[in-house]
Amino acid sequence: MDTIILLTLTGLGLAALYFLVASGLSLVFGLADVLNFAHGLFLGVGAYATWWAAGNLPGAGPDGLGFVVAVAFGVAAGTLMAVLVELVLIRPLYSRTIEQVLVTVGLSLAGVALLQATWGADARPFPRPAWTREVTSILGAQVPNGGLLLIVAALLVLGAILAFLRWTRYGLIIRAGVENREMVTALGIDVRKAFTLVFAIGGAAAALAGSLGSVYFGTVSPQQGGSLLIFAFIVVVIGGMGSVVGSAYAAVAVGLLQQFVNYYGTSGLGDICVVALLAVVLLLRPQGIAGKAVTA
Amino acid sequence: MTEVKSPEVPAPPAAVPGELTEATSRWGRLRPFLPLVALAVALLLPYSTLHLPGIFEGALNSPGTLQLLAVCLVFGGLAAGYDLLFGRTGMLSFGHALYFAAGVYGTDILITRFGLSLWQAAPLAIIGGTILAGLLGAVALRTVGIAFAMVTLAFAQVGAILVARDFGGLTGGEEGLPLDVAGLPDGLVGVANTVNLYWLALAYLAVVVLVVHRVSASPTGRVLAGLRDDERRIGVLGLDPYRFKLVAFTLAGGLAAAGGVVYCLIVGGASPHITGSELTLSLLVMVVLGGPGTRWGPVLGGIGYMYLDHRLVSFGTSDAVDALPAFLSRPLSEPLFVLGTVFILAVYFFPGGLASLTSRLSLLRDSLRPGTRR
Repeated sequence: MDTIILLTLTGLGLAALYFLVASGLSLVFGLADVLNFAHGLFLGVGAYATWWAAGNLPGAGPDGLGFVVAVAFGVAAGTLMAVLVELVLIRPLYSRTIEQVLVTVGLSLAGVALLQATWGADARPFPRPAWTREVTSILGAQVPNGGLLLIVAALLVLGAILAFLRWTRYGLIIRAGVENREMVTALGIDVRKAFTLVFAIGGAAAALAGSLGSVYFGTVSPQQGGSLLIFAFIVVVIGGMGSVVGSAYAAVAVGLLQQFVNYYGTSGLGDICVVALLAVVLLLRPQGIAGKAVTA
Repeated sequence: MTEVKSPEVPAPPAAVPGELTEATSRWGRLRPFLPLVALAVALLLPYSTLHLPGIFEGALNSPGTLQLLAVCLVFGGLAAGYDLLFGRTGMLSFGHALYFAAGVYGTDILITRFGLSLWQAAPLAIIGGTILAGLLGAVALRTVGIAFAMVTLAFAQVGAILVARDFGGLTGGEEGLPLDVAGLPDGLVGVANTVNLYWLALAYLAVVVLVVHRVSASPTGRVLAGLRDDERRIGVLGLDPYRFKLVAFTLAGGLAAAGGVVYCLIVGGASPHITGSELTLSLLVMVVLGGPGTRWGPVLGGIGYMYLDHRLVSFGTSDAVDALPAFLSRPLSEPLFVLGTVFILAVYFFPGGLASLTSRLSLLRDSLRPGTRR
């Protein structure tokens, strides 16, 4: 019984990580039609900025309030990076989808290589508060605190994004833009400001995933973002592109499936089951759990 | 109704200097033979003992140089095969590495684990890779556009996981699987015989280029170009887009598997990094840098990319770069940083890639020449 609880909670921790990456991807794709391969780079930037701040920034540190400052610095760096990428690289290629994908591919190659050139290819130990290394006993299962931190953060981000989308003017524009971008433009609203905004939100969420994920794993490495990104893509497709709630459901399904099958079956089988789930969803319901229909 | 007709003014004959027309027409006559000349030069290259300091480490016929050139040629062929999907049919597949890896690991496993000879293993690996491409393509092509890219990416990811986790103890996992040379003919074994591998790679490149050209010149190729430009129109004309796309996907998969067989022989084994999505991404970079949908662009892009990928490492550790300040020299020692940056710049400023360079340069030359009317 406690094994099942432990697997459920660690699976949810994984799901939280996927959701943080996938929510931004999904919004960016739903609104701006950009398949963002550079999203893993935002995650890497967030993780390395947190790591750097914990050692070098005055007021920041690996513990207590200093840790919060370090994570905030990492998130700010990821957000800034995402906004710059949108303004400088994506905006000039507006409505040329293939070129946008190509630019983000080039950016992910060059950016990861730059991280690697600056801080080396090997994983580095990540400074983290002592309490994240301990475990909490929940119904007899010993659950690592780092995973619980991820779950709490993902729930907060989910709540914040949903509240933003539902109750603010820009949230309304984004929801309308995902539904029908031409109509929003026709009403005289500059939808490109909303593009920058969703990039900022996505960059912030990915950077948070980067720094909290590094807390969970205990290390930071340049390739971290790339391996998470593929599963985040799968979560986005299963959940339906453009739907934040769909991403949340899909992340939970993918995280739990992966964790349980990897434990009870052979290691690695869970990853394959996730792809099988993707194939089934695409064949039965190509628009995803909660998404609009995907057209060419 | 009156028809207003302007009096016919005979246009003045274009004033073209005599020596220029002579040169252009001679060039125009020679041009179709240029690929043959390049092929002849490539065939004879192993007989040269020329030293090109800075470009290659040893003499042209040293085994190290020949192996590097052979890898470049294989990737030139792979890029040309990938262009059949991306540049000529407009399909953005992120899973091409899977079929290449099927060729590499298929050959390696059949020879090393099952003790087959090369003559049995190579056709089996190519046929297997082609069938795999046909089956997975049949599923993936039910989606279009970005969703298609995602599905192919996910399928390739399964391949990467299968190889890395070493199910059944076949693939050797993270360490890779060195090729057992007992199953190979003598002419392909040993450092002294690198030259035969080089010729094999050249033959592969020639075959791929020939197949791609034949296909794109055929009626099927015209349908594929139509699919790239406007898929609905092809449907309205009464042709089934799904079938034509599946044919292109399967053919490209088979060509990639054949490239895998040659690559496996050149590097003498298989390693898991060739299964990753990075390989597909670099194929995409090669095609875009070279010029998608052009005859020689992807080949040149593939050869150039692999050459730079190998040579930039030694360029990055050279004295000239080390002398630069650290914030410059460190990024420059990462080949992928340089190539990624060049790629982004190419997407912005050279959308046609290397292949569009000649027309761009001739425009520039014309505008710089004084006194010519344009």
